[in-house]
Amino acid sequence: MENLRNDPDYTLYRPILESDRRFYWMIGFLSVVILWALVMYIRQLVYGLEVTGLNNTVTWGFYIINFVFFIGISHAGTLISAILRLSQAEWRRPITRMAEVITAIVLMIGGLHPIIDLGRPDRVLNVFLYGRLQSPLLWDVTAIGLYFTASTVYLYVPMIPDIALLRDKTNTKLKWLYTFLSWGYEGTERQKHILERAITILMVAVIPIAVSVHTVISYIFSMTLQSGWHSTIFGPYFVTGAIFSGTATLLVVMIAFRKLFHLENYLKKIHFQYMGILLLVFSLFWTYFTFSEFLTGIYGNEPKEMSVIHYKLTGPYAPYFWTMVICNFIIPVVILSFKKLKTIPGILFASIAVIIGMWLERLTIIVPSLSSPRLPIISEPYFPSMTEWSLFAGGVAAFCLLFLIFAKIFPIISIWEIKEGREEGLNEAKERLDSYLPDTIISEEEAT
Amino acid sequence: MAKWGMVIDLNKCTGCGSCVNSCRMENNVPNVGDKAAQAGRTMDWMQIITEYHGNYPNIRIVHIPRPCFQCNNPPCTKVCPVHATFLNEDGLVGQIYQRCIGCRFCMAACPYSAKSFNYSKPDFPEAYEKTLNPDVTRRMNGVVEKCSFCHHRLAIAKDVARFEERDLEEEDYQPACSESCPTNAITFGDLDNPEHRVTHLMHSNRAFRLEEELGTEPKVYYLKKEDK
Repeated sequence: MENLRNDPDYTLYRPILESDRRFYWMIGFLSVVILWALVMYIRQLVYGLEVTGLNNTVTWGFYIINFVFFIGISHAGTLISAILRLSQAEWRRPITRMAEVITAIVLMIGGLHPIIDLGRPDRVLNVFLYGRLQSPLLWDVTAIGLYFTASTVYLYVPMIPDIALLRDKTNTKLKWLYTFLSWGYEGTERQKHILERAITILMVAVIPIAVSVHTVISYIFSMTLQSGWHSTIFGPYFVTGAIFSGTATLLVVMIAFRKLFHLENYLKKIHFQYMGILLLVFSLFWTYFTFSEFLTGIYGNEPKEMSVIHYKLTGPYAPYFWTMVICNFIIPVVILSFKKLKTIPGILFASIAVIIGMWLERLTIIVPSLSSPRLPIISEPYFPSMTEWSLFAGGVAAFCLLFLIFAKIFPIISIWEIKEGREEGLNEAKERLDSYLPDTIISEEEAT
Repeated sequence: MAKWGMVIDLNKCTGCGSCVNSCRMENNVPNVGDKAAQAGRTMDWMQIITEYHGNYPNIRIVHIPRPCFQCNNPPCTKVCPVHATFLNEDGLVGQIYQRCIGCRFCMAACPYSAKSFNYSKPDFPEAYEKTLNPDVTRRMNGVVEKCSFCHHRLAIAKDVARFEERDLEEEDYQPACSESCPTNAITFGDLDNPEHRVTHLMHSNRAFRLEEELGTEPKVYYLKKEDK
């Protein structure tokens, strides 16, 4: 224990070893919110979807919005961490773990939403008994199932050396868990080699899976004939939006844990600046897609399409739509383009705006299309009920709670990767940089 | 194989609502009550859509009775994850209430808003209980339902024909809406039978189908309303 205190990375062990009263307060508060959501859900089970604000034209509401929203955030993780690892970005080291945790937790929560939305959740197994591969819903079940499996494995495998460290160096009540989960990892040459191979295979595999997930989620909408949904760019549009909201969530999580766990030495300004550039790029991507989508619709001037577009731009959904544009385009672009505004509080503000904006994007995609049926039927406006709000709050609370519990049991920043960066990364990066330069003498084999 | 279909003459339709009511009685469609109706949860297998053209006093009103169109290329059956809605052997779009998981994907996919969802447990007033049709299942909470072209009547007609050892004739099978229409606006029959009145009407130069350009191939035709 004593020598752990002298460890240069003691800050990373501290949340696991020491308890903080604030931590228990937060756990308590979040549990209350989740419990309340649970009560509301049980009420929904008893009465049926009567307790929601849905009707016969707007058949999908908050639950599907939140489903798309949460699954979207999951792209933070694995995708960003896999791409950063693959491109050997050295600054990734303190970020990857958090990103992967976001993915695993958010997929759990998001994956539950379609079940919450079912009129007959007791029959959910019919999807496996009588499943038809023709239905985009089945593609979703497959893709999300695969992504959840892949991303939890991708979270777990790079965590093994850290768990082994915890097993050897700490003496908490959870030693049995660390012993079990570390699988006898001792850090031998062979084990290290296998671990690195496994991480490489996983990160390559996880990228196409992640892309496929939000693509098939967009297919739920674009495969129907609904105006406003039946669009070919929905796949890439949703994936872009997903990575966009994921990056923003990752930034919020980074800033929160930096403050909470005093990680200022690990998460430096440079990390936020690099992530900020990523956020800015995706904000512009998102704007480009949105612009293309609306320009095509408006230019074509097809009446059914126009009625949905009017609904969004000038009709009852205009406040949401324009707030979305401000949150997703104006705020992040202004903050992230100017060095003066690109401070950590500035980035936090932009990230929160993006999260809200992306949620509104899901809303303005789903509800206005359903609210303007093709036939001249009067569609009642959709107002989410108390139950839907409660379950939304419950979902957000569950995210925070699971994250806090994770951070209490496992290090939130990869200790061994930081150590590796300190010991090997510096030299490796120098060698790599040297090899890029024109003065480097190319050995004969390499030249041929 | 017969291709059951319908031709609705909008010139003759007065919007009286008799098809809607007979459909409710025939198919045990629940009354949802005032509160749910205001929330937009009315269950209508047959619905009268009213279109208004022009402004008062030069207003022109068109009533469009809308059953399920039993499309030949239905967008709703494609998306169902559990085979709870499908094109059956009679060419009608069937619903299996016992299998439906209530995801409402088919409702989102239907361009005609022909489907309704049971948001609450169907509740029939006591007086109503006695008039329920024993040939039609009462639906449970949380499933999607829609017009079936009174499919149970087809099943009965087939049984009767078999019992009487003859072929099924078209007049044996009529859905409740066409039977009850006081102005004979709804004609029902086999669209493939060149002898039948329905085929004659279907080829009229007033005939059209709603949202035909979507390629759903609805089996319900309308005859355009003409101003006289």
